[in-house]
Amino acid sequence: MKFIYDEMRDADGGVRASYKSFANWLESTLPEVIARKRREADLAFHRVGITFAVYGADNSGAERLIPFDIVPRIIAAHEWRQIEAGLRQRAKALNAFLHDVYHDQNIIKAGRIPAQQILGNAQYRKEMLGVDVPGNIYAHIAGIDLVRAGEGEYYVLEDNLRTPSGVSYMLEDRKMMMRLFPELFSRQAIAPVEHYPDLLLDNLRSVAPDNESYPNVVVMTPGQFNSAYFEHAFLAQQMGVELVEGHDLFVQDDTVFMRTTHGPRRVHVIYRRIDDDFLDPLAFRKDSALGVPGLFAAYRAGRVTLANAVGTGIADDKAMYIHVPEMIRFYCDEEPILSNVPTHDLSKSQELQHVLEHLSELVVKEVHGSGGYGMLVGPAASKEEIRLFREKIIAEPARYIAQPTLALSTCPTFVESGIAPRHIDLRPFVLSGKDITMVPGGLTRVALKEGSLVVNSSQGGGTKDTWVLEN
Amino acid sequence: MLSSTADHLFWMARSMERAENTARMLDVTYRMSLLKHSMDVFNEWCAMLSISGLHEEYEARYPEVIPANVMHFMTLDEKNPGSIFSSINKARENARAVRGAITSEMWEALNHTWLDMRERQARGISEDGISDFFEWVKERSHLSRGITYGTLLQDEAFHFLRLGTFLERADNTARILDVKYHVLLPSLTDVGGAVDYYQWSALLRSVSSFEAYRKTYRDVITPMRVAELLVLRADMPRSLAACMQEVDRLVRQITGPRSGELSRRCGLLQAELRFGTVDGIFDKGLHEYLNEFLARIYELGDLINTTYFWSTDE
Repeated sequence: MKFIYDEMRDADGGVRASYKSFANWLESTLPEVIARKRREADLAFHRVGITFAVYGADNSGAERLIPFDIVPRIIAAHEWRQIEAGLRQRAKALNAFLHDVYHDQNIIKAGRIPAQQILGNAQYRKEMLGVDVPGNIYAHIAGIDLVRAGEGEYYVLEDNLRTPSGVSYMLEDRKMMMRLFPELFSRQAIAPVEHYPDLLLDNLRSVAPDNESYPNVVVMTPGQFNSAYFEHAFLAQQMGVELVEGHDLFVQDDTVFMRTTHGPRRVHVIYRRIDDDFLDPLAFRKDSALGVPGLFAAYRAGRVTLANAVGTGIADDKAMYIHVPEMIRFYCDEEPILSNVPTHDLSKSQELQHVLEHLSELVVKEVHGSGGYGMLVGPAASKEEIRLFREKIIAEPARYIAQPTLALSTCPTFVESGIAPRHIDLRPFVLSGKDITMVPGGLTRVALKEGSLVVNSSQGGGTKDTWVLEN
Repeated sequence: MLSSTADHLFWMARSMERAENTARMLDVTYRMSLLKHSMDVFNEWCAMLSISGLHEEYEARYPEVIPANVMHFMTLDEKNPGSIFSSINKARENARAVRGAITSEMWEALNHTWLDMRERQARGISEDGISDFFEWVKERSHLSRGITYGTLLQDEAFHFLRLGTFLERADNTARILDVKYHVLLPSLTDVGGAVDYYQWSALLRSVSSFEAYRKTYRDVITPMRVAELLVLRADMPRSLAACMQEVDRLVRQITGPRSGELSRRCGLLQAELRFGTVDGIFDKGLHEYLNEFLARIYELGDLINTTYFWSTDE
């Protein structure tokens, strides 16, 4: 049995310094009070309608609540400083990489990443070659997933540079905790996160085209039936900008307008929560009814900013993940502050052989998969599942990567039988524009099933409020 | 404001107002049917369906007109687009589409109403729970409106919501007033007996105007005065004059580059109500008058659509 780091208790069962205050409170609060507050939280989330549409076998598009757990995930101040420095460095390198890949491709010329892995990748958008974007920023909003394995030992699990979601839960979880347990917030200094929408709006404005002094920013959603629709609407409301769908916009003379009750109004920055493929039926998928004809041409002409940029997928692809430490060295001339999880590149035959022999110990992921779909968790899989997966890997090794099963840290969590440790991860949201900004912490996701390492909400994960202590 | 947002807001408010008025209309029908002798019960419920414009819809689904069926059809039936259930659903769906444009309190209240509605539908409405159900619908509608007033910035979003509310209310008050025509075919100027009195008073109560009538006229209830109160008096919150005064004011507030014709027609209708007389209405015939009014409201709805919601690409 591997040692598993618990966020609240050390190996001897003692309470860690960061959790002292919370643990005291927990001990002195009656279980009935906590049970009542938990019910109150459930009701409130339901009434507020913070729901998540789940793509399931029944295809009903059912709205489900993402379970919220009242035990916070607490991060000590010194740990966060380290994490934040690592995130800044990583975001900077990823943006530099994207700019390079769509311009001079120095990293290929320098022989640091094989050309084929970039140019032959389905996520590489040659339409973006030579396109200049404001401030050379591509990933304006990055969700960088971290896991902890031990004391001070954080790993980057993956980078999400397309349309990372979850920030609304981070904000709602905090609001809920302050509503249920205001006394906890007066006991210790917890870094605020509520100003995230302001930071986001500032960030989006800082990348407007034509140095527009009062740019019109909009949030673009695929619509009500998208699983993250709640978040799209929430962010638009919090920023005080319009939430638009494709049919609200049109392009004329390479300029984007929205249809308003007073006629057309120009749009400068689109925070789009819709995939590249669906953005513009003239440029990408012709059958897309969600997009805006002519949008990409306007974008190429530099008349509108898309956040995130088109083509960021090349940098968060799991095959490219392996190279991020090298990107940091190449573009920042620094050693990575945050480590990658050691990852096997299955396109190399030697590594493939090793992986096939150790499938029961490894996690195998599809290079283009997301949301916890299409992965094999070796230690939890049956022999039959492993056999089937082995066949899939042999058929197309380059489609997969493999990683050791990390001993993800746990955090005490309310479950049916009481409080028990459950595995967690952390998704901080890094904003890149004129500057790099972020709120301390991020979204903590928790795998509610005992022993499970899969925290995705589509796979039965829950969320927790994340506290970064200020001292 | 985005045209699509304005469209959703308008229909969100309209649908909630419709739910409330359907409850009011059912309430008056129900009360009237309690007073009558069995042979005429049929008449009221038929009237209810035809003034709601849902007769055909109903006949396609139910074999005959009996009170319990009509009641179910108009309250909980999710297949009837005009039922209270469907109206509340529509209000909530529209609100959901523009959550960013309304306050969180507004959304929460409406979402709560919808969750309750679903629960009530699952439970069904028992005979002794009918009044309670209507009261609940009215209360939820009052709450929605109150929260809108109490929390929403009075910008364009607010104006479109109000526009939806008052246009729908104008339509619905006209229909409620017309119930009487459908129920009692004889000349409206005939002052009837006790039954007639109870019917007019039930009608007044259904639009929360019974006390106002007493206060204003301090006299027996006569059809002409009821009509005057509910058509011409701008100080009666549910009267046609009050609704049109508000619609006219709102349309002038959200004047855009293409709102000339809409503005003109609203002004005209509002002026006719303001300077009209009850004798004029009865010369024409109340039923005929109301019918014409409803047609004009319908036209205004169309015009609002083309003026604000269908933007063109130039």
